[in-house]
Amino acid sequence: MADKIRVLDPRGFPPKVVGKRLANRPMSLDGKVVYLIDALFDNADVFMEELRKWFAENMPSVETRIIKPRESWQDDPEMRARVVADGDAAIMGVGL
Amino acid sequence: MGFALALEEQGIPTIPVSTHAFARLAKATARTGGMPTLRNCYVPQPVVGRTASELRAYIEGMDPIEKRPFMQGVIEGLTQPLTDEDLKGATFERERPRFLEPDTEENLHQLFLENHWTDKLPIYLPTEQRVEAMLKGTSQAADKMVGQMRPTAFREAWAFDVEKVAVNAVMAGARPEYLPVILALAASGVSARSSSTTSWAALSIVNGPIRDEIGMNSGIGAMGPYNHANATIGRAYCLTSQNVQGGSVPGDTYMGSVGSIWNYTACFAENEEASPWAPFHVDNGYKPTDSTVSVFFGGWYTQSGFGPRESWKEKFIRCLTATDHYSPPLIVMDPIVARAFDDLGFSKQSLIEWCAENAKMPAKLYWDDQWVTTLLKPKAVAGIEPFAGRWKAAPDEMISIFSPGDINIVVMGGETQGAFKMISGRFRGLGVGTMTKGKEPIVLVDDWR
Repeated sequence: MADKIRVLDPRGFPPKVVGKRLANRPMSLDGKVVYLIDALFDNADVFMEELRKWFAENMPSVETRIIKPRESWQDDPEMRARVVADGDAAIMGVGL
Repeated sequence: MGFALALEEQGIPTIPVSTHAFARLAKATARTGGMPTLRNCYVPQPVVGRTASELRAYIEGMDPIEKRPFMQGVIEGLTQPLTDEDLKGATFERERPRFLEPDTEENLHQLFLENHWTDKLPIYLPTEQRVEAMLKGTSQAADKMVGQMRPTAFREAWAFDVEKVAVNAVMAGARPEYLPVILALAASGVSARSSSTTSWAALSIVNGPIRDEIGMNSGIGAMGPYNHANATIGRAYCLTSQNVQGGSVPGDTYMGSVGSIWNYTACFAENEEASPWAPFHVDNGYKPTDSTVSVFFGGWYTQSGFGPRESWKEKFIRCLTATDHYSPPLIVMDPIVARAFDDLGFSKQSLIEWCAENAKMPAKLYWDDQWVTTLLKPKAVAGIEPFAGRWKAAPDEMISIFSPGDINIVVMGGETQGAFKMISGRFRGLGVGTMTKGKEPIVLVDDWR
């Protein structure tokens, strides 16, 4: 039977994860403002435009607004503030 | 994903849409963001390169992960009532005992392999004795925090201390005298295991007296497997990165589609003594007697040439314009090449400026690039130069693809051949996870002796 040895763990220290609740949902999107957030990945703008058209054709009571952050992969508090100020929901994409 | 989490916290129901290849990553990011029930939706991979009608078909088709119509998932995700789990989120801590459970050597080697804690090459197991011996290479306390690392900007950052770096240095086969260099590289906060789909690597250059002190090689075979210090320091930086940042697991914390051979080891020493020019760290404000490490983020391509011959200008232009131009080149020159350019009247800076001035391509080609469009076009549209000027150029207008500050030159090699390489490598300076004080873009090895 081979001897057992003790070794150190090579992994770093992960942060504590703090649970957060999801936002309340409206009962329907009729009459609501939905922001379509272009994540700035290549072709995300084309995807969001097609999504906008889908809503216009299939759910015309939903007002969609396409919006983009100023820079790729950087938080844009002003953009978020606009969405929070007059949006009811958001769809963000596309992550590659 | 960060936007989605933030908007949900701010009371806006949000659907993050990803391609199916990123489902594991999306779910893991939601979980570590405290919202495991974030209502992700998926479309088929790829989105890049698809026509408008093909993307419309994605929207009208099935979510390949959730196995239901994509728009059904979107609408329900935005309107279905919340569950108890939605209301609580998930709080958890992940304990990391200092030691793993004791086991046989054979079983521990298998454990390290299966947990993706290695580069799949044999390692030295980090016993307490070996780690203690390694820690003698620095005067810093074992529990001194070195910094943080993350696989990408979207993922959570993990912290690490001197001992964690020593553990990974043992695994790599490094010697204690190399530890200050390894600590300096780790302190840069730049991960040598970026998760990017593009398969980045971190190439690092060591300058100053430490090179000779620890026996690094900057001569014959400088970038090859011919020196213990070079090889194991680069390997230790890679292993440290993958393990202290929370992993580098394909499909989860590593998404590089093709991968990079530079991810095994890529730490090199400049041949300062044979160069006609000042060393890299002196160009960046350090004293020749300072010992430093500098990290270059790249590894996408390598161009190669010999000379400079009579047609060197055409050769350089071909090499520069053949690069994947989102990633500017680190030009590595054998001393023979550097001295020849010096004889032609070039300083390092004037040669860099020549390269930036003459590397041009039509604007339409410049912008027809996935990463230039994703990452530089927003800056261009926002009016930030030089990108704004490139954006305004007519499609067939020849524009410079690099600024002088994008390009760097380092001298290394053994003078058996007048060789140069242009290697994808943007000088990153300090990464987001660095705790190094000051505004220097390079890390002082001397701080970690």
